[in-house]
Amino acid sequence: MSTRRTPGSGAPPALLVPAGVGLLFLVLPLAGLLVRTPWATLPQRLGAPGVLPALRLSLFTATAATVVCMALGVPLAWLLARARFPGRRLVRALVTLPLVLPPVVGGVALLLVFGRRGLVGSWLDATFGVSLPFSTAGVVAAEAFVAMPFLILAVEGALRGADPRYEEAAATLGAGGWTVFRRVTLPMIRPGLTAGAVLCWARALGEFGATITFAGNFPGRTQTMPLAVYLAFESDPQAAIVLSLLLLTVSVLILTVLRGRWVGQP
Amino acid sequence: MSAELQSGEPAGAATALDAQLVVARNGFSLDLALSVGAGEVVALLGPNGAGKTTALRALAGLLPLTDGYIRLGGRLLDDPASGVWQPARRRAIGVVFQEYLLFGQLSALENVAFGPRCHGVGRAQARQRAQVWLDRVGLGGQAGARPHQLSGGQAQRVALARALAVEPGLLLLDEPLAALDARTRLEVRAELRRHLAGHCGATVLVTHDPLDAMVLADRIVIVEQGRAVQTGDAAAITRHPRTEYVARLVGLNLYRGRGSGHTVTLPDGVALSVADPVEGEAFVAFAPAAVALHRSRPDGSPRNTWPMTVDGVDRHGDHVRVQLRGGVAAGGLPAGLSGGLAADVTTAAAAELGLSPGQPLWAAVKATETRAYPATIQR
Repeated sequence: MSTRRTPGSGAPPALLVPAGVGLLFLVLPLAGLLVRTPWATLPQRLGAPGVLPALRLSLFTATAATVVCMALGVPLAWLLARARFPGRRLVRALVTLPLVLPPVVGGVALLLVFGRRGLVGSWLDATFGVSLPFSTAGVVAAEAFVAMPFLILAVEGALRGADPRYEEAAATLGAGGWTVFRRVTLPMIRPGLTAGAVLCWARALGEFGATITFAGNFPGRTQTMPLAVYLAFESDPQAAIVLSLLLLTVSVLILTVLRGRWVGQP
Repeated sequence: MSAELQSGEPAGAATALDAQLVVARNGFSLDLALSVGAGEVVALLGPNGAGKTTALRALAGLLPLTDGYIRLGGRLLDDPASGVWQPARRRAIGVVFQEYLLFGQLSALENVAFGPRCHGVGRAQARQRAQVWLDRVGLGGQAGARPHQLSGGQAQRVALARALAVEPGLLLLDEPLAALDARTRLEVRAELRRHLAGHCGATVLVTHDPLDAMVLADRIVIVEQGRAVQTGDAAAITRHPRTEYVARLVGLNLYRGRGSGHTVTLPDGVALSVADPVEGEAFVAFAPAAVALHRSRPDGSPRNTWPMTVDGVDRHGDHVRVQLRGGVAAGGLPAGLSGGLAADVTTAAAAELGLSPGQPLWAAVKATETRAYPATIQR
């Protein structure tokens, strides 16, 4: 990197100045967090009961939500990108709806459908004895609901950018639809899929509104890091800062490793 | 299909292609009768946009016919009238695409093994067969290489091996050499010819390069605007071009008129004296090298003498190609050939003539240098 001439060296001030302001705007709050961190009591605060379980729950539910989003979102993205059917525009608009919906509203909507007396929830409860709200599975559902559009948009974009002639070539070699998808399409869209999964995971990790509405705030079961931060902020702001710092560190670490390894960006 | 594959033996003489390719869409229409024997290589040669690739895609099963039929080895693949349609993956075909379209995440070996795997051959056996094909195209040592590590010529050979590894009854090649640089093309062309000769199924090759067609194909079908305008082997087409496109391809001047004995009268009234007597609608062709250029009207001249105007001058190796357009009839002189004319002169002669665009010149062709033949299509 250092041996190459940086393309930014000739950037016009009209771009550089707002870029610098934008960077400051994003980084300053994080710096504020670092400044106010009670470093002296940090180890003991990290060891406080409830911190590690919340972190573990956050990582687990965000990962589970990403898996759910991939299993359902990739086929949906394929449908949006490749299939021709009436009302495709409407479907795409519906799919991206969670992006603009306030997460709390999403949580309320989830409750109305999957709640004990909800449309699907009552049936789930009666048939399988399964109840999503106020459970860890409910956290995963809430996070997946909010994060899925990120994955779908990324994968659909990747599918549109992928050259369909490779799929034709596979077909001429005798490959059926599923083989073409698995052995040709999927490898072609892998960078987009990975980027989408990372975005999806990050969004799920930070999820707050839908989770607290749909899954509640039970330590060890549904209390993820963002919920713990919010709760701590009301009673013990120092603890909130420590929790935030922890969440931040873990996210940055994971995102850096993932980007470096799979997205292939410096 | 997989049974055919496992036997390792191409289906032989039964695997011949018989097709009437009709595709109509967006104002373009293709209507091409095509019949290819087992082991025969047929080239579809034509300018860009003539419908060659459409024909290839229809044969491959990537584009349905709107009318006509495709029959391969006695099996009906596409017949809109009776509703028969076999998609690409159920056809016994192999396709070499113009840009090869090798799967980037797979090694050369895995690319070649892809087809056999899809046809139900076991993993180990498919890899073994792929290795044999890679050896056959001289790339046995590159089995583990990813496509981006291969040169253009190597990628072309892997693409050929991949298409042949399914032992197709019909091999389709779309501009197989277009993506190569001139030197590699020469090499790969000769090699490709050897592999095509060894292929027992039918082969259809699409190209806009007459040299590819002449070297690789047993028979050439000239396609223009979705129609076959001429069919024959390289020698017949070179000798008797039937359209301006073909004449330009093979570097001849071509005129169409009405023949009567040793004279062919063109629509613009110019009468050409020809050596071969011909009656009715006829073509007259002659090589640019047969044209002599003079500053003034030659004395005791051949009868085919016209006043022309220089349109352009190009250097071609050791000679100069002069493009001429017809002059205007004036002062009792006849008009020039309104269709224009190409003449090849030596560099020395060009210097002497002092060629410059717009300059008037006299062009002369001896009747003995011309070829005249009937225009009625004989296939």
